[in-house]
Amino acid sequence: MTRRLRQAAVAGIGATEFSKNSGRSELQLAAECSKAALDDAGLHPADVDGMITFTLDGSDEINLARCLGVKDLAYTTRIPGGGAAAAATLYQAMAVVEAGLCEVVLIWRAMNERSQYRFGQPHTQAAGFQAGNGTGSLFWCMPFGAQTPASWEALAAQRYMQRYGVTNEDFGRVSVVQRRHAATNPAAWFYRKPITLEEHQSSKWIVAPVLRLLDCCQESDGGVALVVTSLSRARDLKQPPVRIAGACQSIPYNVEVISNYYHADLATMPEAEGTARRLWAQTGLKPADMQCAMIYDAFTPQVFKQLEAFGFCGRGEAREFVKDGHIALGGRLPINTNGGLIGEAYIHGMNNIAEGVRQVRGTSVNPVPDVEHVLVSSGMAAAVLAKDR
Amino acid sequence: MKTTPDSAAAQPMRLAPIVTPDAKFFWDAADRGELVGQRCGACQRFRFPPRPMCPHCHSLEREVVPLSGRGRVYSWIRPVHPQPFGFAEPPIVALIELAEGFRIVSNLVGIAFEDVRAELPVAVEFEATQGGHRVPVFRPVSAS
Repeated sequence: MTRRLRQAAVAGIGATEFSKNSGRSELQLAAECSKAALDDAGLHPADVDGMITFTLDGSDEINLARCLGVKDLAYTTRIPGGGAAAAATLYQAMAVVEAGLCEVVLIWRAMNERSQYRFGQPHTQAAGFQAGNGTGSLFWCMPFGAQTPASWEALAAQRYMQRYGVTNEDFGRVSVVQRRHAATNPAAWFYRKPITLEEHQSSKWIVAPVLRLLDCCQESDGGVALVVTSLSRARDLKQPPVRIAGACQSIPYNVEVISNYYHADLATMPEAEGTARRLWAQTGLKPADMQCAMIYDAFTPQVFKQLEAFGFCGRGEAREFVKDGHIALGGRLPINTNGGLIGEAYIHGMNNIAEGVRQVRGTSVNPVPDVEHVLVSSGMAAAVLAKDR
Repeated sequence: MKTTPDSAAAQPMRLAPIVTPDAKFFWDAADRGELVGQRCGACQRFRFPPRPMCPHCHSLEREVVPLSGRGRVYSWIRPVHPQPFGFAEPPIVALIELAEGFRIVSNLVGIAFEDVRAELPVAVEFEATQGGHRVPVFRPVSAS
């Protein structure tokens, strides 16, 4: 399918430090990471003509544009779907750049998600409800005591465990690998703090029999930004361009964000399978063409399901794939080499995408050799980042 | 916190559901101790969660019909930490596959967590919430 008027590329990435108490406003975090990403690209804020974030982001785009001195915005949008929005921001940025509607798109996500509010605490109030980020969680789970993202995730993941005989210890191997990756990443909250499987198994239950504490992502303060422009312009900028070889989204019938209980078979992940089908068709690439992958890891079972959905292994085979060491550095498909949302920080998936950019550039602190293509997935959306040849 | 054993008010009580216009019939029925479903008035197919339009034939006609109250356990968990609001002990949260062919989130009562099995047959009953409402929960029954 010929779809391109021109190609898009990631030209800059930026981040604040990742902490549990930033000591400043979300808007300041947004401004700092955005300026850092533009500096990284060698662009001036006045060059920005598009801005994209999550519907859940707490900073107003006009306020952020006022901080940066953005002169004339041609396009703004916000992506729904909670963390599923992460890779969808790249998808939108690619679309508007390739269509010639924008020259320089700034993507940001900044949050005081530990010091100001906590996703991991019970959600019980209609006042916090915002359409576009799932309805079942609040309206069909809350009176029954399923009030946290961990409990919503676990109710579907337990079916996966039943089907394939997967145990919590199997999931724990994901955390052990990612904490090892985080241990050598100075930007990670868990820098120099690897864990053993025994430590995972002795961490407290969050939701029995699916998730222990060490199966869950962190709650973090921080901000991450990316700058997307045309490949031809990116070639004239400071950093080697990281091509967006393709990006897409898939929301099949009866699938919803996190309280995802109404599609045919909860041992599968139809949204990731749909995204994978579309992405491989769009790019002409296949799982074996990826040298590493950054996979949305709010909870360890999501990593299992995405490994299977994208075809890195068959259905029910993630347990063996992980156990055999394929997701670690040196393995067939190293994942979340920054430590992921579990080991580095939870900036709603965007810090994993920044790590994907670093792997293509060859600047990751945990470099994978000879990277040509990196999959970045947030379940309902994904992209392939590629070296410029 | 000091609790008085004979005082019901000292015990945490289940939170009331948040009622949206499209699901009001479901929670109103639960208040009366009835489990009901929404069926298309034209093509007669059930749908859940409730919605104003049938995704199959696009009819806006809808019927509220009593359900059997029977189902089977599809998946189950116990949220331990943080402690869920409204419960003295962590409840068993389960997805129940109803006999009518769709799933709902609810609780299992009258069974130990360790004894729950997939496909366990269950039947509906109702438990009180804050504000004088009731919600459906499920108890194991012998297979019929």
